[in-house]
Amino acid sequence: MDTRSIHALVRFGLGRRGDEPLPTDPNAWLLGQLRASDPPRIEPVPTAASGLAALRDDRANKPEPGKSKARGLFVAQAAGELGHALTTAAPFRERLVWFWTNHFTVSLRRGECTGVACAFIEEAIRPHVTGRFSDMLLAVMRHPAMLLYLDNARSVGPNSPAAQNGKRGLNENLARECLELHTVSPAAGYTQADVTALARILTGWSIELQNEPPGFVFRPRAHEPGEQRFMGKTVPPGEEGGIAALQFLANHPATHRFLATKLVRHFVADDPASADISRIEAALRDTKGDLGAAATALVGLESAWQPGTKLRTPREFVIAAIRALDPPEDRRPITLGLLGALGEPFMSAPAPNGWPAKAADWAAPEAMIRRIDWANGFAGRLGARDPVEIADIALGPLLRAATLDAMRRAGSRRDAFTLMLTSAEFQRR
Amino acid sequence: MMKFSRRSTLLGLTAVAAGPMSLALAAAPGDKRFVVVILRGAMDGMAAVVPHGDPGFAALRGAPPEGLLDLGGFYGLHPALAGLHELYKSGELLPVHAVAGPYRVRSHFEAQDFLESGADHRMTSGWLNRTVAAIGGQALAVGVSVPLLLRGPSQVANWAPHGMAEPAPDLYSAIAALNQGDRVIGPAIAAGLKERGFSARALMGQTEETNRNAFPALATSAGAMLAAPDGPRIAAMELGGWDTHTAQATRLTGPLKQLDAGMVALKTALGPAWKQTAVLVMTEFGRTARLNGTGGTDHGTAGVAFVLGGAVKGGRVLADWPGIGAGKLFEDRDLAPTTDLRAVAKGLLTAHLGLGAGALEQVFPGSARISAAEGLVG
Repeated sequence: MDTRSIHALVRFGLGRRGDEPLPTDPNAWLLGQLRASDPPRIEPVPTAASGLAALRDDRANKPEPGKSKARGLFVAQAAGELGHALTTAAPFRERLVWFWTNHFTVSLRRGECTGVACAFIEEAIRPHVTGRFSDMLLAVMRHPAMLLYLDNARSVGPNSPAAQNGKRGLNENLARECLELHTVSPAAGYTQADVTALARILTGWSIELQNEPPGFVFRPRAHEPGEQRFMGKTVPPGEEGGIAALQFLANHPATHRFLATKLVRHFVADDPASADISRIEAALRDTKGDLGAAATALVGLESAWQPGTKLRTPREFVIAAIRALDPPEDRRPITLGLLGALGEPFMSAPAPNGWPAKAADWAAPEAMIRRIDWANGFAGRLGARDPVEIADIALGPLLRAATLDAMRRAGSRRDAFTLMLTSAEFQRR
Repeated sequence: MMKFSRRSTLLGLTAVAAGPMSLALAAAPGDKRFVVVILRGAMDGMAAVVPHGDPGFAALRGAPPEGLLDLGGFYGLHPALAGLHELYKSGELLPVHAVAGPYRVRSHFEAQDFLESGADHRMTSGWLNRTVAAIGGQALAVGVSVPLLLRGPSQVANWAPHGMAEPAPDLYSAIAALNQGDRVIGPAIAAGLKERGFSARALMGQTEETNRNAFPALATSAGAMLAAPDGPRIAAMELGGWDTHTAQATRLTGPLKQLDAGMVALKTALGPAWKQTAVLVMTEFGRTARLNGTGGTDHGTAGVAFVLGGAVKGGRVLADWPGIGAGKLFEDRDLAPTTDLRAVAKGLLTAHLGLGAGALEQVFPGSARISAAEGLVG
């Protein structure tokens, strides 16, 4: 077996599923996923409209904690998202969806986001992972999940008609994180005045629960009147001003540099080589932010074909383990509780900077022991199959002789599977 | 299309909420206990310890909230902090006001890194870890992540409660041996196995009903382990929920109550060892002096830290109060910083833990001009 074939599935995908055929041309297999449209998904696809309708009903009916409509939607939709990852034939696309969803973190830590969190993935992220960054940014900043998560739905221009009753005013949370975490990053050297200006530019970007369907609205009465000076530019008032400011940020050189660094860090190495970052940065610059071109450039990095440099996160680890052992549908033990127990609860990052990318952040001693305990429990559910054969199928040339030897000497099939799943070569990608 | 077991999915949901806290511990020589509590998200100091005696207060915040707990006339403690107020009355709580770290950034993530690094730049280790290394102890983290505060030269071992079936000991050993060559996974597995043994024994006998309120339960666990004769001596806990950009009056009460109950639970669990305990409660920065347009506060500069414990000389507020009237705010928006948090930490590390003056430079590099605050304990 060619190392590059299995590595393509591990590095850029979610691990080999059962004995699915390996790509004979790994590059073509990866690039083909970038060109094709998304494979069919579980119906019905989550929408912000249904999530907001659930939020509206919950506000009216005040259900007991844990029994809200929004919670019910989230549980069903999260199962759909995770199930899709277990079976998708376009795992590189799915990894890109995960990457960009984490880049633009929304989190259930803000309870109002519960019903729209999965819709955020489907409406703001998934359609754009091989499209333009500026389109994704605009879709994100107008999505109800983000407007709720970072408070912009309630932000009101200090000199707008809506502020004249003195009850509400500016909230700069979304503007600050847009600059710091989503686009130019602090390296661009923006000031507090720029944060405030962007917050004013984005006033009025809100949601309306009473509309049918409920969703994004621009509220002229809440919008700050007048031009704003923002990062050396003059931005006109109105909804168009916000769109122009986001376009400017999306195409800023500092944004390209920041996105390139994050992409290489996620896919290639905890401490990315500056030449690699520059390659991705150039791809973004030369294509005006084409994320498909950036993904293509990632595949083209020589260092991206060096196996095992990255540690799988708990979600990546669990999905890869289930794909590798490919049990029947009713024995796929992925639950929201499991991801929480392993330290990566679904759509629930602690803060707007999302889940960390480096091995050290995921390799706390207890976290590693929990992976062992879970793998041992999972391995106990598998029937009479040959662990050595399955390890060879799943890892091929990545499987170490020492692991194979330990598996052969293991006291039970269960122990052998546990040794495979907890081996360094399986926990890395 | 796959199906999910309704039962397992619903059962699983209970664990998702257990996220925003963690506990880390360290062994150290001697009998003194030292606990650091990080309030992640930036607690509003002017809401926790309300400077209602300042003539500029009303213009910024309006009338002070009802039910403030008196701290000597000028300041009042938030009504949700009744347990801390009892400690104040017994001379065991010392609020520190207008305090800030050595940096002036308003990003949570940068500021938390700097706060834990103990410097105005990001370091790869935390000041508490360097303290542990300097006094000859060993760090031990509980929970699935190790805070930067306790990462560093003193190697971190780790433990957390769990509900999964454990494999037989020899399988653990085989896995540890097989992966010892991996520079990340190898040490993590070895440390995890070692620490489960110790910590599980120390926690035996605790009841499950303490889990009703998560942070107090965590504090009880910490207190029980710190109280054990051969237990750890240093603990770091964190509590989130402080980023009150909107509706602060409502949103702040929950985290404050958790903090209050947590500190009371810590005292109870420590028992007689409370007399030898000092706790430092700190946050990455304060919040804007004025309320914003949505009844909340945005990222600011100076705020409040709490020093408490049986060893603490409290019953007073420590502050070089800068005033909040016209022209006195930092950048016309934030409470101005007049006390460096490192002075407070240095005062505790030297007087309480006996850290030598020479080691202070390693613990807080480049801070020679910041002298240790005196008279915090004793």
